[in-house]
Amino acid sequence: MIKKFPLNRKQRTLVKIIISIIFLVTVILGGVLLDEDKIVTNLSERNSAPSLEHLFGTDWLGRDMFTRTVMGLSLSIGVGLIGAIGSASIALLLGMAAATMGKMADRIISWVIDLFLSVPHLVTLILIAFTLGGGFKGIVIGLTLTHWPSLARVIRAEVMQIRSAEFVQVSQKMGKSRWWIAVHHILPHIVPQLLIGFMLLFPHVILHEAAVTFLGLGLSPHEPAIGIILSESMKYLSSGMWWLAFFPGLCLLIVVRTFDQIGENLRVLMDPTRNHD
Amino acid sequence: MQLEAKDIGFRYGDGPWLFQGVNITLEPGEIVGITGPSGRGKTTFCRILAGFESPIEGAVHMNGAPLQKNGYHPVQMVLQHPEKAINPRWKLHQILNEGYQPDQELLNLLGIEQEWLTRWPHELSGGELQRFCVARALGPNTRFLIADEMTTMLDANTQAQIWHAIMEIAKKREMGILVVTHESKLMQRLCHRVINFNEFD
Amino acid sequence: MSILEVENLSVSFKSYTDGFKEINHKVISSLSVALEAGEILAVVGASGSGKSLLAHAILGILPSNASISGSIKYKDEELTAARLATLRGKELALVPQSVNFLDPLMRVGSQVRTAANGGDAVSAQRKVFERYHLGKEVENMYPFQLSGGMARRTLLSTAMVSGAKVIIADEPTPGLDPVVIKEALSNFREFADNGCAVMLITHDIESALQIADKIAVFYAGTTVEIASVKDFVGKGEAIRHPYTKALWRALPQNEFIPIPGSQPHPSSLPSGCLFAPRCEMATPECEQAQPEMRELRDGMVRCIHAT
Repeated sequence: MIKKFPLNRKQRTLVKIIISIIFLVTVILGGVLLDEDKIVTNLSERNSAPSLEHLFGTDWLGRDMFTRTVMGLSLSIGVGLIGAIGSASIALLLGMAAATMGKMADRIISWVIDLFLSVPHLVTLILIAFTLGGGFKGIVIGLTLTHWPSLARVIRAEVMQIRSAEFVQVSQKMGKSRWWIAVHHILPHIVPQLLIGFMLLFPHVILHEAAVTFLGLGLSPHEPAIGIILSESMKYLSSGMWWLAFFPGLCLLIVVRTFDQIGENLRVLMDPTRNHD
Repeated sequence: MQLEAKDIGFRYGDGPWLFQGVNITLEPGEIVGITGPSGRGKTTFCRILAGFESPIEGAVHMNGAPLQKNGYHPVQMVLQHPEKAINPRWKLHQILNEGYQPDQELLNLLGIEQEWLTRWPHELSGGELQRFCVARALGPNTRFLIADEMTTMLDANTQAQIWHAIMEIAKKREMGILVVTHESKLMQRLCHRVINFNEFD
Repeated sequence: MSILEVENLSVSFKSYTDGFKEINHKVISSLSVALEAGEILAVVGASGSGKSLLAHAILGILPSNASISGSIKYKDEELTAARLATLRGKELALVPQSVNFLDPLMRVGSQVRTAANGGDAVSAQRKVFERYHLGKEVENMYPFQLSGGMARRTLLSTAMVSGAKVIIADEPTPGLDPVVIKEALSNFREFADNGCAVMLITHDIESALQIADKIAVFYAGTTVEIASVKDFVGKGEAIRHPYTKALWRALPQNEFIPIPGSQPHPSSLPSGCLFAPRCEMATPECEQAQPEMRELRDGMVRCIHAT
């Protein structure tokens, strides 16, 4: 028997979600509020290993890596959120449209989905970001436009399945309009899918953002995004300064996992038929 | 208010005809049973009458005019499995009030208890859910009711309760009912006349 | 001697309210029932009365949030999880409700063969198929090619070929036409006549009466009466419990008169007799405590007023 917690499982799930959200909000706020002075060049404290004063050590210019990591994460979460929300919205719109607007719309949208899926989206992303001149705007638009297809496909399938359910047919014969059914019957079933999809998109988006930035096509070097930190740190890895890449990388992993956690736990809470396990 | 199925034929794609040339007329207040072995399209025929499906041949008329595709359908159907006919993410009061607001008298007649209304569908049994499906189908504009194996999954007492309620309402509103069931004794108990679906082959 | 004996079984489920409160629902309470070799026991009750859960409890396939107390004995020995694992599919078999329990991507002949325990699986399967009038070509068919009746006979063959001593059939008849029902039921009779014990779980008292030896009536998670099939005649004078009488009276071939109300929900069970709130014969005494099962005229009844 597992140790008896004072809280039941549903309450624990809620607590987990709250803790995860608090963690993410702290990171974001930390990035905004942390003292910029800490990351000014301080050549007297170059390359110091992690210590109490500099939890994550300092880099080759004497900048505090903890501050840089938090700011980088904060920026990445921001970019990731905007990108994932944008992508999920596109996926929802196209998925719903494909499944409800008739055969022709379905064919066209499915074709576009397949088209996007057939090209690795890192390539499309780089192209779009490059065309738009890189920077914050370029990368956000690029991320939004490239991450929706697989989620759109899932949503389309889900909508089609619900559309043929008996309760939807009954609703039609009670004189409900297509729009009413979409909002009242179909959407409640899609929301959990969308949430999970969104939570899975998020780490994807952050990692791609980091990758593109790492390659030098994303955010500009003076914006301390996590990708830039990692990319710069790579050069110093061979000289034994492990902390430069280790902590930012680990933190990125933790943030990504936290989003996964929130997604999974929300799903458990939202499904009325699963409220017993 | 006569319901008339004229020369109905149905098949899937280019497959063999499931049935062809089915003619049935239902008068208001009349209770008619359909028998016949399973797999001959009785359910599909019911779905056509209720507007869930369009016939390949023939047409369904009410008072001599074809039925509208949109809007409240005057022929409502109650199916065998209430769990499928109910949105699992809706609470029962939402389900009950989807088409109209049933009055307390109807709820009492069907034995729907106030306390159930705040529950989720998976918390109630099949017999309890089926009462909601029946209440939902008995809107003020329902002229005909199709009961396709409606009480097949229910125990004898619940079956009798639901049918008594329906018969009372049908009598009051002059509503016609089409009954599909395998239970010949139930059929005899309820129906004014019985049609053998096999005769249409 | 009973081959399978369920004694004082209780099953409860942990679940959550709309808020974050955890509650325990008792869905089966102090239930006792016994199965004899060569006999068909029909378990009859409304949906939600716990009859399917009894089958799941016996076979040890309740979901993880269920907790269980009381005893289930097979051949006079406690049926523990370990013992179940060795007996399930060999001596205890389930005939499931629906055709969906067949593997859609496997030819039915080989599915039936996998259920055979030892010996020549192929010839065992052929023998069983022949017995259930399934032609040789059926062996190579996939489940979607079978008609409803054939699929049901395939499910039965699976149980038959395993050589099970106890067969539990969960709602095997609804939605079938009378011919197929009759056939399915006679198959169970044949099982029992060969010395198996059959538990037939159904809401349909009428088809239960056609083949069963004894009927156990369930109400709100417990047995209210165990009676011989012979008691179900005429106006039901020989029936002991008022709920059973009500079920009998409500049949379309009898009076077709229902009693009002419905079975209580597990979250709001009455403190005394579970049927008291709907019972014509109820007296204040009935609300004191849940009556025990007692013997009465060669049957069992859970009612203090039954005569």
